[in-house]
Amino acid sequence: MTDFSEALETALLLMVNLDAGLVEIIALSLKVSLTAVAVAALIGLPLGALLAVSRFPTRRFWINLLNTFMGLPPVVVGLMVYLLLSRAGPLGPLGLLYTPTAMVIAQTLLILPIIAALVCGLVQGLFDEYHEQLRSLGSRTLATARTLLWEGRFGLVTAILAGFGRGSAEVGAVLIVGGNINHSTRVITTTIALETSKGNLALALALGLILILVSLLVASAAQWLHTATVRRSRQ
Amino acid sequence: MKLEIEHLVYRAGGRTLMDDIHLISESEHCTALLGANGAGKSLLLRLCHGLLEPAGGSIRWNSRPPRELGAAITMVFQKPVLLCRSVRANVEHALYLQGVARAARRARAEAALELAGLADCMERHADVLSGGQQQRLAIARAWALKPAVILMDEPTSKLDVRSAASVEKTIGDLRREGIKIILTSHNLAQVRRLCGEVVFLHEGRLVQHCGMDDFFARPADDIVCEFIESQTF
Repeated sequence: MTDFSEALETALLLMVNLDAGLVEIIALSLKVSLTAVAVAALIGLPLGALLAVSRFPTRRFWINLLNTFMGLPPVVVGLMVYLLLSRAGPLGPLGLLYTPTAMVIAQTLLILPIIAALVCGLVQGLFDEYHEQLRSLGSRTLATARTLLWEGRFGLVTAILAGFGRGSAEVGAVLIVGGNINHSTRVITTTIALETSKGNLALALALGLILILVSLLVASAAQWLHTATVRRSRQ
Repeated sequence: MKLEIEHLVYRAGGRTLMDDIHLISESEHCTALLGANGAGKSLLLRLCHGLLEPAGGSIRWNSRPPRELGAAITMVFQKPVLLCRSVRANVEHALYLQGVARAARRARAEAALELAGLADCMERHADVLSGGQQQRLAIARAWALKPAVILMDEPTSKLDVRSAASVEKTIGDLRREGIKIILTSHNLAQVRRLCGEVVFLHEGRLVQHCGMDDFFARPADDIVCEFIESQTF
């Protein structure tokens, strides 16, 4: 209980005082996670929709693979990205290891299957309802995928938020490829891990509360956008 | 458009659902596909459109298979499947799918909606239309593609009398535009009002193909008699 009350007090103090170090960490966390979500959405939305509306022999296998990758262990992804970006790795010359870009890559790999699989399920449901009508209007696979993505636009918010949730709460992969370097690659989750290992539980808990608050703010903003769009489209 | 169906067979799940259908229709009239539930009316419409491929035999429109005809054949379903956007956008999207240039879409959509009596609700969301209006929108969307044939699967089955009448009026307008219409219906009074030709199916087989007057005056067998009686009384 003492830890919790201390954590609340510390969190409030950090936020009220707009602690520069904390602001920097939150800003980097948001920057990394939102960029990763944007990249994953850019790839995952069309990928999921195309898998839902296409018919080819190995389709079921790819959907199963996508569903399996939804639960990819972050440390394994972190390790793979580390091997790719390390000096001896194929992308070593790019010098990306221990940079925010490396963290974005790792998070994108974790988020992409989540967004693609959720979109695939969503579009598949719409496809069952719409495909005869769309075919009768002469729609081909690509146009059908685009049409159904637009039809399911309100449900896509959930898929994207799920991706953001995965990215912002992730610690293993970003710790491996980012290195938790102060003023460079330190994000909320890695700071929590660091402070916990130092025994500074109150500060770690405070950062945890702030992380939840940040996630809540992003989810609320997305929900508000979603509601406003639905209302506007129904007018 | 001349419709030629030769020894058509369709199977699904190990069952023969359409068995050796053979007919030629050159009628300029609206054609009614009649039969009890499960007779294969909707299935035949889908085969005529090309949404399904037959297991045997062939379907040809003016000597060409349906898949080669693109938007020349369109279909209106029993439950209108509308996109989550405005009435006008629904029609414009169908035109977009056909590759119609953006500049032409608006004019064609407006003309189709006027024909369907929906000119005053073009900017409304399709979801808020009544059942009859939604079905007329689906018909307008099909008509906007300038088809030679429109296939309609029980277009008024879920509508009240007034809405059904408004849809019937739209179908009549399409006929006057010179579009060939094939529809399924359980409403014999409606079929009499709209159609000049009847194709009667029973359990996937063709039982009778004739003019409207002949159908009622000279039913082919007891099954047709029973059907007429059951739908009339």
